Amino acid sequence: MSWTITVDRGTCMGSGICAGSRPDVFRLAGTASEPVVDRIEPDEDVLDLADTCPAAAITVRDEAGTELGPRP
Amino acid sequence: MTTADERVHTYPFNRPEGLELSPAYRDARVAPGMIRVRLPFGEPAWLATRYEDVRFVLGDRRFSRALAARSDEPRNQSYRRPGGILAMDPPDHTRLRVLVAGAFTVRRVEKLRPWVRQIAAGLVADLVAAGPPADLVDAFALPLPVQVICELLGVPAEDRHLFRAWSDAMLSTSSLTAEEFVRNERELNAYMAGLVAQRRERPADDLMSALIAARAENLDRLTEEELVELCIGVLVAGHETTATQIPNFTHVLLAHPERFDQLRADPDLIPAAVEELMRFVPLGAGAGFARYATEDVLVGDVPVRAGEPVLCAVASANRDEGRFEEPEELRFDRQETQHLGFGHGVHHCLGAPLARLELQEALRALITLPDLRLAGDPVWKTQMLVRGPRELPVAWG
Repeated sequence: MSWTITVDRGTCMGSGICAGSRPDVFRLAGTASEPVVDRIEPDEDVLDLADTCPAAAITVRDEAGTELGPRP
Repeated sequence: MTTADERVHTYPFNRPEGLELSPAYRDARVAPGMIRVRLPFGEPAWLATRYEDVRFVLGDRRFSRALAARSDEPRNQSYRRPGGILAMDPPDHTRLRVLVAGAFTVRRVEKLRPWVRQIAAGLVADLVAAGPPADLVDAFALPLPVQVICELLGVPAEDRHLFRAWSDAMLSTSSLTAEEFVRNERELNAYMAGLVAQRRERPADDLMSALIAARAENLDRLTEEELVELCIGVLVAGHETTATQIPNFTHVLLAHPERFDQLRADPDLIPAAVEELMRFVPLGAGAGFARYATEDVLVGDVPVRAGEPVLCAVASANRDEGRFEEPEELRFDRQETQHLGFGHGVHHCLGAPLARLELQEALRALITLPDLRLAGDPVWKTQMLVRGPRELPVAWG
C-alpha cells in the first residue's frame, strides 16, 4: 500500500511549509512546491501537511486513486 | 570567501516611528555576503538582507528556532520572550501547528468572507453615523480583527480592554522591565486558563473547544500548558498584526492617492493590492527570531558555522532589486507576487489566509468612504515588534 502525492503548482503560493517540514517528500522548484518522490509509504505527517496547506494545493491519494487528503 | 564588511553593525536599523526602510538595508544588499549585526542584548548575528538568502535560511531545516532558547539569542530587551510555537522545530512544531492551522486554511477561511465583510461594512457605517473626524485604529482597524479572532477562538470580544494591554506588553521590545513582563505574562496566562476551564465545562463551536477536545482525545498530543499558550498565540498574533497593517495600508495608500483611486475605480484589484502592500510595508521594527545553524551551512557564499545565528530581514528581501522590478514602487500589476511578508518555511504565518481576507475586506469597506484623508498626524507605536500608527486621525466626505 503506497500513496501518491500531487501539488497543484497553480494554486501553491510557495509558503515553503511542506518543503521546510518534510524535505524528503517536498521541495520548492522556483516559486512553487513539488513532490520529490512519486510514491510514499502511508505517513500521517504528510496527510497533516495536506490538511493544513494554506493554499490547499497538496492532494494525497491511495493506490486505488481515492483521495485521502486534504480531509474535509 | 567571507563577507567583505568585517564591522559589527548596531541593530535594528529602522526608526520606530513611520514606515521607512532604513537605507542601511540597501547598502547591505548590494555588498557581497552578509553583514554582522549586534542588538542591544544577546550575541552578534549574521543579517540576511537579500531575497534569495532570506528565503533560503527561513526554508532550510538545518536552521533551527529551538536552538535559540539554548543560546544567547539576539534581542532588544534583557528578558526572553516565550516563543511558543515560533520557538519550536519540527516535529514538535508540526504537532502543534496542525492543531490550529486547519482552522485557517483558504477553504475554511473563504466561508467566513460574507461575515467579515458585514463586520467591516458595519464599522464603516458606524463611522459615517458618528461623522468625521475619527481615529481609524480605535474605530475600525482594531475592532475588525478583534471581533473576528475572538469569535473564532472563543474569547469574549468585550474583554478587549483587558487583553489589549497584555497583548501590547507581550509584543513590547523594551518599554517594560523584566518583572513587569513576567507579571503581565502571568496575568494573560491566568486569564486564558480561566477561559479554557469555562469552555471545558461548556464547549462551543470555536477553536478553543476544538483544542480542548484534541487534548481530551490524546493527552500526549497537547499538554495543558501548550493548550493555553496556543490560545494566547492565536489571540495575540491573530489581531495585533492585522490591526497594525490596516492603518499601515491606509497610511501608504493616502501617500499614493493615484493607487487609492485605482482601487475605488476597480475593487477587483484589491487582492493584488493586499499582496503588494504586504510586500511594500516594512512592518517589523527589525529582524528578530534568529535562526540558528545546526551544522555548517553555506548561505550564498558565506559559511555560517554550526551554532551561529542568522537574522532574516524580510522587509529588505521584499525590496530586493534582484527579485522585484522597481521595488520602491507601489504597483498592483506585478506578476512576481511572492513576497515574504508572511514569512517562509515551517513558520510561515499560519493565519495568512485569514489575514488576507480581513485586509481585503478592510480595504473594500474603506474605499466606500469618499475623500478619505488624514485629519492630523499619526501617533506611532514605539518599542514594539511591529511598527504602525497607534492613532490615525482621519476625515472623509
